Amino acid sequence: MSLSIPQNKQSGIGEVLWVRIALIITGMLFLGAVIGLPLAAVFTEALRKGLDAYVASIIEPDALSAIRLTLLVAAIAVPLNIVFGIAASWAITKFEFTGKRLLITLIDLPFSVSPVISGLIYALMFGAQSLLGSWLLEHDIQILFAVPALVIATIFVTFPFVARELIPLMEEQGTEEEEAAILLGASGWRTFVSITLPNIRWGLLYGVLLCNARAMGEFGAVSVVSGHIKGETNTIPLQVEILYNEYNFVAAFSVASILTLLAVVTLLLKRVVEKYGAKTKKITT
Amino acid sequence: MGISAKNICKRYKEFVALDNVSLDVKSGELVALLGPSGSGKTSLLRIISGLDFPDSGSVEFDGAEARTNDQDRHVGFVFQHYALFKHMTVFENIAFGLRVRNKKYRPTEFAIRRKVVKLLSLVHLEAFWDRYPSQLSGGQRQRVALARALAVEPQVLLLDEPFGALDAKVRKELRRWMRKLHNDMHITSIFVTHDQEEAMEVADRVVVMNSSRIEQVGTPEDVYHVPANAFVYDFMGNYNEFDGWKDRDGRIHIAETDVMDSADEVASNEEAETEALLLPEKKRILRMPDGAKAIKLYARPHEMLVSRSPLEDDGIQVKVIHINPAGPLVKMELESNSNRVLQAEVPKSVLDKLTIKRDDILFVRPKVTRIFE
Amino acid sequence: MNTARASSFFKQLKKPSVLPGFGLTLGFTLVYLTLIVLLPLSGLFFATAKLSWAEFFNTITADRVMHAYGISFGTAFVAALINVVFGLIVAWILVRYDFPFKKIFDAMVDLPFALPTAVAGIALTSLYAPSGWIGQYLEPLGIKVAFTPLGITIALIFVGLPFVVRTVQPVLEDMNRELEEAAASLGATRMQIFLLIFLPHITPALMTGFAMAFARALGEYGSVIFIAGNKPMISEIIPLLIMTKLEQYDHAGATALAIVMLFVSFIMLYLINVLQKWGQTRMLREH
Repeated sequence: MSLSIPQNKQSGIGEVLWVRIALIITGMLFLGAVIGLPLAAVFTEALRKGLDAYVASIIEPDALSAIRLTLLVAAIAVPLNIVFGIAASWAITKFEFTGKRLLITLIDLPFSVSPVISGLIYALMFGAQSLLGSWLLEHDIQILFAVPALVIATIFVTFPFVARELIPLMEEQGTEEEEAAILLGASGWRTFVSITLPNIRWGLLYGVLLCNARAMGEFGAVSVVSGHIKGETNTIPLQVEILYNEYNFVAAFSVASILTLLAVVTLLLKRVVEKYGAKTKKITT
Repeated sequence: MGISAKNICKRYKEFVALDNVSLDVKSGELVALLGPSGSGKTSLLRIISGLDFPDSGSVEFDGAEARTNDQDRHVGFVFQHYALFKHMTVFENIAFGLRVRNKKYRPTEFAIRRKVVKLLSLVHLEAFWDRYPSQLSGGQRQRVALARALAVEPQVLLLDEPFGALDAKVRKELRRWMRKLHNDMHITSIFVTHDQEEAMEVADRVVVMNSSRIEQVGTPEDVYHVPANAFVYDFMGNYNEFDGWKDRDGRIHIAETDVMDSADEVASNEEAETEALLLPEKKRILRMPDGAKAIKLYARPHEMLVSRSPLEDDGIQVKVIHINPAGPLVKMELESNSNRVLQAEVPKSVLDKLTIKRDDILFVRPKVTRIFE
Repeated sequence: MNTARASSFFKQLKKPSVLPGFGLTLGFTLVYLTLIVLLPLSGLFFATAKLSWAEFFNTITADRVMHAYGISFGTAFVAALINVVFGLIVAWILVRYDFPFKKIFDAMVDLPFALPTAVAGIALTSLYAPSGWIGQYLEPLGIKVAFTPLGITIALIFVGLPFVVRTVQPVLEDMNRELEEAAASLGATRMQIFLLIFLPHITPALMTGFAMAFARALGEYGSVIFIAGNKPMISEIIPLLIMTKLEQYDHAGATALAIVMLFVSFIMLYLINVLQKWGQTRMLREH
């Protein structure tokens, strides 16, 4: 880390010193205020009443059940989206077919839908007013306000993560290596496992990381379909909301700090993956 | 194994890549597909390999039609950019085709190793077996790609611009080496190239392609000395173009000079032409008489006769604008009175004898001309 | 028989290839996409069909709703604008200068992508509440942040910042140094270089970033609801209104609003695509 005077990289021409310093200070202050402060606030508020209160809030049964539920939801939603993401990118990048652009747009669609609407569409679909809903009711199958709806809503909001990470990557890698493997006699599955998968591993990991972070942290969509039953259908973000609305701030921030740590770890891992991904990329080109 | 492609047509959207192309390759032959980019040569190669499918037409191996999606064509393919498996070592790359075989046909691990070691020594990469492709030079990668393709004992070897991505010196080495390899192994091979020198030097037969069709198939000698048409002639090297005409008696005239040749003397020897020389006072801008047919005449730079004086050699008067003395033949650029630039190549000794310098005035004429009608 | 027909259907659509698995992967993709995304989304339109045109129109133009549009679009616009200005500065210093803890600042930019919105919401509220770290200094000045549109704007700045920074950053990185050096050698001042060379170059990226931040802000829910206070006609945003209607079992009303928002999202999506294409063709032209 250099502590020298901020300098223009590489070039002799550039802004005068005071402009540079002013810009840097402005940028740092802005980032600090907008992002750094909220981050610090989470942990300060969580530890306001000491470590004991913090730990107590986390090992409280409802909190533990929320953690379990969040892990369960992510454990179902993420693998399904991984399979989907790989299948979709294989079809899209390894073949030429009509309607490809439309398909890519449709895959990206969930990203442009408000989380509340993402939840709403399932509330409508599985609600008692719909055909499917009344059929479910007759057969006593609980989907809305229960774990299945949480899982499906989570799948929806994290739907594009893996695919949109893999599609550009596999597009760039082309099909030559796979063609070579097939001509050498490898089966399709063998080609995928021993040629394609190693080539996309970093991109895949990157997509999975982001997918997982969103799956565990999703609030809006899940909030619509959850029913907010304590100890049963509350994921961690929902538990945070309930505690906060009960003015139980220390508990709310303590539980929130778990998600914050998850976010920080995700960002750190993301950096590592970017570094490795970029490194392998550099060597191979 | 003999290959026979019959009436192949292939289009990509609006672009016609192959237009009713047929090609026969005899067993054990080394054939070059030569042509400018976009001429359809790579498309043809990919269709023969089974990587691409023709819209119509068929590919036969030893007379039997190759099925679509046929993995047992016994085709080895070397990709232009090698398509080496980045995450595997040289050894693993070469062994891949053997290791993925059905258990029934897969050699033992020991046999695989022996085979790979043999191939490594064949391509002179014994010391590099545990390297990754990223740690190899272009020429080394090229050889790994070749060894990998050879490992499955293909009966046909197809190479897409095998030396395209290499620098000039490595290219020459690998060419010679590949020629030798083919002499030793006799695998029916087809390679794609846009470099006519490469095709000439390596191939038994050259297939010249242009805008989705085959222009000529022949030995390097044929293609160079008896080009089928102006395109092939053009593609084989530099040339000078002359306007001229053929009169009613079938005699050939070159505008700008007063040289006359009869049609069957066109490719005749040097002496014949010196006799046909005309005196300077007779020189004039000739007009094409009625009933004659306008034609283009072509001559290679080394087929140009260069002289100092108009007395001994009536020809086109030119000024020397550039001399490149590198190499056994001195390359000259010459400008005629009508501002046309001609090229001539003469042995160094001739240049020295005539003491030619820049801005000198010379007289040139083609010793030999070609006409494509 | 069915599979044979399906495979011949695929053959018509697709160019043949030696690589296997097209039918399987595309089939799975389409089924999954239909079940998870297309069917539920189309359900939205069926649900609105229960309303007459007049009812639909009345629902989406009610007073409370009109105010909510104002708040949603207004705060999203202002937040995106602020992000364009400061996002450019942040991207600029990250690309152009070296300074202490640069890597940490760079990593911080991504936090809004990774931090759950609910957590951001309560953290921002605690900061700007009258007794909070920042709120306590603003309160005596008469500036109220929490439970006002100002608070919503701050939450939306948090949410939208990475969109601007991460679209502008790569464009700045790719910028050819020779351009500004040429301009400098021709006697342009630093300000002229910025206005005549840099700004035109990064405008497509800035606009794309703006559009993305704006689109995201329109739909944002989690980080806003805590700090907004959700007072009808004052600090109520559309997503919250949809939620409220849903909780009051006014499904038709919620659906009608959702249709409007979805429509806006699609327009934004289209706009972003157009902007990105513009940026790409410019890059191609310049290289």
